[in-house]
Order: sequence, then structure tokens, then C-alpha cells
Amino acid sequence: MMRRNRTLIIGVSLVGFSAAVFLLSFFWTPYDPLEINPELSLTSPSTTHWMGTDENGRDILSNVIVGSRATLITGVFAVVICMVVGVSAGIATAMSPKWLESPAIFGIDIVLALPTVLFAIVLAAVYGPSTFTAVFAIGIALSASVAQVTRREVNGILLADYVTAARASGSGKLRIVRRHVLPNLRASLFVQATGASAIAILAESTLSYLGLGTPPPDPSWGRMMASLQQYLLIDPIFPLWPGIAIVITVLGFNLLGDGLREALDPTLRRDAE
Amino acid sequence: MATVWYVLRRLALLIVSLIASSALVFLLLRLLPGDLAQAKLGIYGTPEALAQLRTEYGLDRSLPEQYLSWLAKAIRGDLGLSVLTGADITSELLSKATVTLPLIGIASVSALFIAVPLGMLAALRFRKWDGIATSAASQLGIAVPTFWIGVVLITFFAVQSQVFPSGGFPYDGWADIGGALRSLVLPACTLALAQGAVLMRFARSATIDVIQQDYFRTARATGLSRIAALRVHGVRNALVPVVSVLGMQISTLIVGAIIVESVFALPGVGQMLLQDVNVRDYTKVQGTVAVTTALVFVVSFLIDLVLGLLNPRMRQR
Amino acid sequence: MTLLQVRNLTIRFGHRVVVDDVSFELEAGQRLGIIGESGSGKTLTSLAVIGLLPDTAAATGSILLDGQELMGKSDREFSSIRGNRIGMVFQEPLTALNPLMRVGKQIAQPLRIHRGMRMTAAIARAAELCARVGLPDPERVVRSYPHQLSGGQRQRIGLAIALACSPSLLIADEPTTALDVTVQQDVLKLINDLVRSEGSSLIFVSHDLPVVSSMAERVAVMRSGQVVELAAVNELFGAARHEYARMLVDAARRSDDDFIRVSERGRK
Repeated sequence: MMRRNRTLIIGVSLVGFSAAVFLLSFFWTPYDPLEINPELSLTSPSTTHWMGTDENGRDILSNVIVGSRATLITGVFAVVICMVVGVSAGIATAMSPKWLESPAIFGIDIVLALPTVLFAIVLAAVYGPSTFTAVFAIGIALSASVAQVTRREVNGILLADYVTAARASGSGKLRIVRRHVLPNLRASLFVQATGASAIAILAESTLSYLGLGTPPPDPSWGRMMASLQQYLLIDPIFPLWPGIAIVITVLGFNLLGDGLREALDPTLRRDAE
Repeated sequence: MATVWYVLRRLALLIVSLIASSALVFLLLRLLPGDLAQAKLGIYGTPEALAQLRTEYGLDRSLPEQYLSWLAKAIRGDLGLSVLTGADITSELLSKATVTLPLIGIASVSALFIAVPLGMLAALRFRKWDGIATSAASQLGIAVPTFWIGVVLITFFAVQSQVFPSGGFPYDGWADIGGALRSLVLPACTLALAQGAVLMRFARSATIDVIQQDYFRTARATGLSRIAALRVHGVRNALVPVVSVLGMQISTLIVGAIIVESVFALPGVGQMLLQDVNVRDYTKVQGTVAVTTALVFVVSFLIDLVLGLLNPRMRQR
Repeated sequence: MTLLQVRNLTIRFGHRVVVDDVSFELEAGQRLGIIGESGSGKTLTSLAVIGLLPDTAAATGSILLDGQELMGKSDREFSSIRGNRIGMVFQEPLTALNPLMRVGKQIAQPLRIHRGMRMTAAIARAAELCARVGLPDPERVVRSYPHQLSGGQRQRIGLAIALACSPSLLIADEPTTALDVTVQQDVLKLINDLVRSEGSSLIFVSHDLPVVSSMAERVAVMRSGQVVELAAVNELFGAARHEYARMLVDAARRSDDDFIRVSERGRK
């Protein structure tokens, strides 16, 4: 499965790299990310501080490493929420009686129309910015598109002959779900989860950039970019480091999703002969 | 005749969506701990003053009543007054929109002009190096957060080469057309690049789709070169998925505008919204979000109309 | 001069040889049938003549049209020949036309490219062509979209497009296979009439021997990429030399009662 699939290999490597950094953050960082050294404020990258220091003299590299926690934790939890809610909603909608289906689809469309970040902003207005509101907002917003895709897939599965046979032999709805729907959804769920992860991480970093995500002092890539942006004149490389971290992680999940889709979906043939 | 029905049905859906979404937003903001009266008076509010304000704001009426009275005024264009500043929400929104709307407009059109040709190029040169390079670039483009693009553009075009301002908008607004346009160039580019990368992937796969179609082969058999065949048959057929994605991306564009306004310190709707959120000006947030969501639905409706024009078969649905 | 000379045509996909050393000739006004089952290489051979092989295919050999070498021509050079001196009709009328474009415009395309006609003039001519291919109410047809026409009607449009610039060679690749049986005969008769009145040559590709024999004077039998027999129709039915060809003839005779009638008619 992995041999000729370059996309998948690169994706796995990048995600693996981010995960490694995440794990590393619990054991070791070059410096204490929160340690303030006013005399070292805003130094350019050097042999002692590979990515330089911020306005408080904190080592940027250490902050980037620890910043992975906010991003990846938010991402993982948000994806868990959106997959659980989304898949359940999708399956329930697809298998519900006609009269319930239309309003359910409509409801999904409305939530779908409400943009993730806007939703998060509204929540932040109500409950104040925090990791939790970010996770919740991203999770709920993403669940709508997961629900939509899942619903379409389930509709397709329900048309299959083996499902009709199961229904004819008296299997209840729950049984059909467990036995036939879920296993056939597996591939699509993996692909959706990776796609959702990429979006969740982008959303989290955007929210942090806007000040609506993880509050200080916990480092977060988005917030670092926002605060370092003011010091572009001193050295343009400062805000780029957290940015690169974000790009690597998101790109990794995107490629992972694309690679998985190529590997798991035999109907997708690009080279038509 | 089928066309007329199509339009009417879409219109009905639009109206229902508008009502439903504004109700949803209304509900969300009413689920606050504490309420508007408290927010205004803070901890110094005496019970009598609070009660008086509540009556004034109509908070003692039932939820549906409050919503309906808000809706009735909103339809006529009156979004009410800000609880905190007393300013008229509608006029504030309109003045900020003069910055945000041109930004979004320029950005989306530019995004189309970037995405469609590049997407077609990537599809045509599928196996060759420039096609692969273009695809790789779009992969990178969708992984990069919008604000990052903005920061990079500022670094190169504002800080290092001083060609464009690194932020802000002329004090006179559009009275200073040159300054206003110059202030919008980098922000619009940022949005356009971010959107363009997403759209490009759809343009590319839509074009590959077209190339594999039988009618493309027929077109080639009549003597059209690949590029010419794409121009005659491909553009229209590729536009259909791209335009529908653009429609779905409207909300992303609006969010993008919020971000870009933050990066470049533009006095637009996005910035206003963020500030209101910070000071907890709920009525303003409600009005702004309701209008924004309404805009998303209206644009979606218009896109559906355009798609109906492009694809005659859709009109029969 | 011989209109078309194909010599030692070989087509490969990577290392796989799909068309192996194929040669045949065609004079002006002659009709050649290429028959074989799927995978025999008959479609690829016809695509090679009009220069529409997929990118992944590598072709060698010689294809001479009126003495001009077509093999190795660039896409742009070939563009002036396709639709102009060589026209092609394909198998699937449902998908061969652009669903988003009015039919008249699609017929007008080759006229605009090769005859430099302006749109209004080209569409007027398209209407004439529609009448020529037997479509009633050409004015309305020209303004229609493909989904508003039947399969047989769409195939007639396909013919109109292919013959718009009066090419000297028409290639038809299984043009009636996807049509209803009742419509097939009409379309086949139409092709014969058009080719005869234009004086064009015809290459008719099919897997159906009775059909091919009614549409051509000579037949090339292909199997696994090779031409195993190349003979006049009555020679083929009378005394086919290759075993495979004889198999086909026998099978056809057994399955189709009208076969004898059709094959007699084609020999005239």
C-alpha cells in the first residue's frame, strides 16, 4: 500500500515529525519557554538560540516546541468531537424516516453555512476566549460537513444489495448500522478525519492569532505569530518560525488524507488508459 | 417555465434560511450568563435600575417576542442601537462595509483569475514538470494559514521594499482613492492567494475531468488543439464546480476578510466584530453576525442562479 | 494516388505492444472495414490515423495521407487535418457531445476553424447539415441541447460534425453499437449515402461482421493487435484463409439469419 504512494509517505513523515515534536515537548526543550531574559530581547537566530528570542527574551525554538501542544491537543479533541457528532448525525439523518430527513438536512445546511471562525467568535463573545471554546466551536462547525459527507456515503451504502438482503431478513436498523454501514464507512472516515484535522489546526492557529484561542502564558503558534509580527523590522524571520511549524503540520495532514484516499479507494484511477 | 420555478424555489429556500439562521444567532447570544442590562450597568447596577433597563430593552418579554420585534426592525434596515455605545448599528456596519466589501470583491475575482488558468495549466501538463510544480504549489497554498501569507507579503512588499503600506487605511477613507486602493492591494492579494490555492485544486480536477470526457475527444477530432478545445469546451464546464465551490467558500472569504483586516489593521467589519467581541457588545455582535450570515445565504442564492445559467440541466431539477 | 497508406504501424504502452505491424491501403472512395473483438487494437489503429492516441501510447511506422506523412506530426500540425481532411464519428452518442453547449454551435466548430466562417454563417450551414443527415426541423435542432435529442439523433449530429468540412476520409468507430436496433439500420444507411455522395473514403470499425460487411468492400480482420486477414468481403465469406477469420464468418452465419441477405447487399 505504501510503496508507490509518495503522497502518503510524505504525509506520514510530516505528521510523524509533528507528533514527535509534540511528544518531545513533554520531556525536553532547549530552554524553559516561559523564562524571561529581558537583556536577550529580540536577538536574531544564533548558535545559542537557533530561532532567536522574542520581545521578552524567551527562546523561540522552545516556545515553538511547546506550542505544538495547544495546536495538536485542540486539533485532536476538535476532530474527535466533529467525527463523533458528525458521523452520528450523518448516519441518523440518512436512516431516518422521510419526514425527519428534510428538516435534518436543512439543519445541517444551516450549521454548515455558519463559518467556523465566526461561530468561534460568537462563542468567545459569550464565554470568553479559551482552549475549550475553540475546541467546541471548531468541533461543532466541522461536524456539519462531516455529517453531510457521511450522509451521502451512507445513502450510497444503503442502496447496496447486501443491505436490502439484511433488511429483508429482518435485521433491525441498529444492527444494519453496526454490521454493514460502519465497516464500509471506515475508509471514508479515515480520510475525513485527516481532512478535519488539517482544518482544525488551521482554525486553531487562526483563532489564536486573533486572540481568541489559548490564552497566555501557554505558548501557541498562532498567538506567537501575532505578537512577533510587530517586530518584522528588526528581523523578518521572527514570525516565520511558528508559521513554518503550522504549515508543516497542516501540509502533513493534507497529504496524509490525499495519500489515504489514493490507497484506500480503488475506484479512483487517475491514469485512464 | 422550468427556469421560473427554479428561481422561485431557490428564493423560498433563501427566505427560510435567512429567518432560521438569524433566529439561531439570536438564540445563541441570548444564552448568556447574565444579560444585557447587567452588561451595561456592570456591578454598580441597582435592582431597580436593572429592572428599568430590562423593560427598556424589552428583556422582560418572551424570547420569541423579542426575536420577532428585532426581526421586524432588521428587515426594514434598523439593527438597533449598540447597548454599550448607543451608536446606530446599521450605519456603523455600513461605513465599515465600505472597506470590507471592496476587499472581498477584488479578492474573489482575482482568485478566479488565478485559479482557473493555473488549474487548467496543471491539468494540461499533468505529467510534466510545470504541471506537477503548479499542483505542489497549490498543496502548499492550502496548508498555509491566511495570516501567514499576509505576514510574508508584508515582509517583502511593505517592510523590505516599502512599496505598499504595511497596514492601515487612509483617514479620509475613499475620498483618497489612491491611498485607499494602495492600502487594499496587499490585503486583497493575501485573500486572493489563499482562496486561489483552494479553487485551483477544483479547477484542476474539473479540467482533468473534461479532458477525459468523450466530447473533448470529439472536439479534438474536429481539429481543435488541446488548449483550444479547453478554451471552447473546458472553461464553461470547469467553471461549474469552481463557481459552486466559490459559493461555498463565501463564508471562508468573509472569515478571511476578518483575518486579513486584523493582519493589516484595516478598519473594516472584521476588525469591528473582533473589538465588539472583546468588549462584549452583544447587540452589535448579533447584528453583524446576522447580516454576515444573511450575506452568505444571499450570495449562495446568486451563485445557484449563475449555475442555473451555466448548466441548463440544473434548471429542470 | 492512394488516399491512405498505413505501413508497419506499431503502438506500444510502455513495453506492452497493442498494435503489431499493421499495414493496409485505401483508395479514394473505397470503404474498408476493420473488424475484431475488444482488445484487438482496432480502435487504437483508427485513433492513430487521426492522431488522437492517448499520451501514454508510443507509435511507430508510417501513415501517409495523400502522400503526406502523418506519423510524428505535432498536435498543432495535425489540428489542421482533423475535422478537415479526416473526420471521425465515435461510439457513444450520449457522451460525445458537450452537454452544456447547443448542438448547432458544436457543428459550427469545424466550419469556423477550417473554413474561417463567422458564427451566424456557420450555424446556418449547420442547419443545412442537420437537414442533410435526415433531422427534421433543423432550425429547432440547431438551437437544442444534446439532452433534448434522442440517441439516434445525436449520432446524426456526430455525423454532421464529422462531415462538416467534407473530409476525404471518414472514420467511424462502432457508431451504431450503442443505439437501439431499430435505429441502427437507418444510421448505417445514412453513413453509406453520405460517403457515397461525398466521394469520401470510409474506415468502418466494428466487432459485428454482418454490419461491417454491409458497410465496406474490403475487410481487415484484427486479432491481438495484428491484421490476420485482409480481403474483399466476398473473398472473406467464400474462402477466408486465416483460421480466426473463418471462425468469425461461421459464427456470424450461425447467429444471424439476415446475415446472408446483408452480406449479399454489401457486395454490390
